[in-house]
Amino acid sequence: MEIQPIVGGIVTLMGALFLLLGAVGVLRMPDSYNRIQTGTKATTLGTLLFLVGIGLYNPIWFPKLIVLILFIIFTNPVSSHVLARSAYSIGIKLTEATVVDKLKDTRGEEIDA
Amino acid sequence: MADTLFLISGVIAVLALFVAAFRFFRGPTAVDRVIAFDVLTIISISLIAIIAHSAQRVIYLDVAVVYGLLSFLGVIIVAKYLERGL
Repeated sequence: MEIQPIVGGIVTLMGALFLLLGAVGVLRMPDSYNRIQTGTKATTLGTLLFLVGIGLYNPIWFPKLIVLILFIIFTNPVSSHVLARSAYSIGIKLTEATVVDKLKDTRGEEIDA
Repeated sequence: MADTLFLISGVIAVLALFVAAFRFFRGPTAVDRVIAFDVLTIISISLIAIIAHSAQRVIYLDVAVVYGLLSFLGVIIVAKYLERGL
């Protein structure tokens, strides 16, 4: 009985749990910015664990899986950043529990990088 | 043993898909819907990978790559549209 497929299955199960946590966070968080955070970070880690687990089960697939993993690592934070920036500039409200808002002076105006 | 673990993982991912779809339909703003769409796409990439594993076809991973590319472009374009119009 080989150990590597079982390790792959366990890693995949952990990834699936992270995906579920990310989805529950998207459902439960109070405002759009918190939803962006949980929806991007938890699901990125979940997908990475998922793909690594499948790669452990089928080691010959690793080159193509590494392309997919690198693609997700590079594109996912970019899309969440662009989305948060545009959400702030069109005036989506922050939750009442927010402590500090350093972009308050520029609210409603153009936020250019 | 390992196949059972993969099956449980797939079922949990489908469950996550339904939980995120609830936020997609509920709203309340367009940004929330775009976030839910992003999460749905990422979970779908995982599901495509597990379908490729269960069918033992490596070509399905290319479908996942193209799907992720289209989702990335879609989110960027919708964010730009919300910010200042196309």
